[in-house]
Amino acid sequence: MFKYQEEILAGEVTAVVNKYERKRENLLRILQDLNDKTHYLTENILQEVAKNLSISPSEVYGVATFYSFINTTPKGKYVIRICRTIVCDLKGKDKIVNTIENELGIKVGETTKDGKFTLEYTNCMGMCNQGPAMLVDNDIYFNLDPEKVVEIIEQYARGDKDNVE
Amino acid sequence: MLNESKKQVLFSEFTPGFGISLALEKSKKDIIDIVIESKLRGRGGAGFPTGYKWKSSANAKKTPKYVVCNADEGEPGTFKDRILLSEHPEKLFEGMAICGYAIGSNHGIVYLRGEYRYLLKPLLKVLERLRKTHYLGKNILNSNFEFDIEIYLGSGAYICGEETALIESLEGQRGEARNKPPFPTEEGYLGKPTVVNNVETFSYIPYIINKGAEWFKEMGTEKSKGSKLFSISGDVKYPGVYELPMGSTVKEILELVGARDTKAVQVGGASGVCISKKEFDKPLAFESLPPGGSIIVFDQSRDMLKVLKNFMEFFVEESCGQCTPCREGNFRLLEAVEKLERGECSINYLKTLRDLAETMKFTSKCGLGQTSPNAFLSIINNFKGEILARPKKPAENNSKAG
Repeated sequence: MFKYQEEILAGEVTAVVNKYERKRENLLRILQDLNDKTHYLTENILQEVAKNLSISPSEVYGVATFYSFINTTPKGKYVIRICRTIVCDLKGKDKIVNTIENELGIKVGETTKDGKFTLEYTNCMGMCNQGPAMLVDNDIYFNLDPEKVVEIIEQYARGDKDNVE
Repeated sequence: MLNESKKQVLFSEFTPGFGISLALEKSKKDIIDIVIESKLRGRGGAGFPTGYKWKSSANAKKTPKYVVCNADEGEPGTFKDRILLSEHPEKLFEGMAICGYAIGSNHGIVYLRGEYRYLLKPLLKVLERLRKTHYLGKNILNSNFEFDIEIYLGSGAYICGEETALIESLEGQRGEARNKPPFPTEEGYLGKPTVVNNVETFSYIPYIINKGAEWFKEMGTEKSKGSKLFSISGDVKYPGVYELPMGSTVKEILELVGARDTKAVQVGGASGVCISKKEFDKPLAFESLPPGGSIIVFDQSRDMLKVLKNFMEFFVEESCGQCTPCREGNFRLLEAVEKLERGECSINYLKTLRDLAETMKFTSKCGLGQTSPNAFLSIINNFKGEILARPKKPAENNSKAG
């Protein structure tokens, strides 16, 4: 379930930390869980995690910002990640990026005004035999062409993908 | 038919219990001896002898011990582990269990890259099924051996494919490589003895136990035994994962996958080397062209400087930044590529950069910085003609550079 980060209460942070036995070595898993719930981790959330684990907030921040899939800045409801590494690049990822930019009216690195989509680049996602490829959150799409990619994005825009588990 | 004719080992017939039922009848020492005898070398790219890794962990005093599978397949152009994870996970899990039995560990962890998160649910289902059928969990196959496997997710960091960075990440830290020694086999996850092997490496184990070291050694070359999965992509007619004997030549592979007009082949991913036609007769083996598993093919239409730029952008982004040679070095190499692109790089400066690249190889803390100059050096050396002394580009194209 998607929630806006404002709704996340200290209690929820504690619940996630408890789930991972309040252990320091589970910090990344804690951040991953919270990131799923909120789509991005505010300083308040990171401080709450630090308090729960009795470690310094800067330590939590250091880990959170190291990993590109942990967000510490606001993101859209859906994060689109286009593979920009060599083979997808050869196979025409620029066309895909261009199509999405035109369709959503944003550039790579930006979020749509309605807060629905963020467009980003990512590095090789291991779909090199079927490029160009992209991830929308955790779902993988490959053998993309401009028409196909628009169809996929429309499905998300309509909310078709929200209840698929 | 192309794929059918090439099912050597990993894509051949398998039912759960194939290796572990036999392993449990043998002593731990026997298992390790068989793996050493098979001369299996790590399939993640570095090629360390697997059996010796196991032996070192088995001999380590501390407990508990851990078996970690490196499923952080991030090397550009590599997707063989994805195929194993999605189509043959039982082989991997059984290989891990056999390792657990051999080194005296009950605890396996798969570190699955965040980009492969869509594989998590299917993998958890397979684990559940294996527990129900007593191939995992307590009393495996009615023995007193217990072994279970957890899956941890990565979060989009290439460096976590380096085994000590992976362990740091498992411990909830930034994925920054550790100094070695101590080696993970003695002090790994949570400071305990840990074997870290690649998905493909573990997947060979049940076969080696079932069919024996001699059988495995029939394939391959003197120093690189067995078969190997190759992820082949780029300008080829039939991209995909192929299992071929070690020692296959680049030329043979190009024919197999229907590559035409090939100008260059990047062997071993972005951290590997880029070769031109004169080296296509070379075999893929640890003693020749290191077979990391990725083969990216470029035809005559490709601009090798653009290719190099893509690789260097990758390394600048993925360097973890803890050591200076890698953090600054990759940045400088990318800067040079941009200068070359604009026709502004002097040959003299390029010589200085060659020295820098050699220094990075020598002084970087981990494999990332030690191998990232490979693409730079090999492309600059092998494709001099098209890269050096380009005409200067007009100013409007320069906006992104510098």
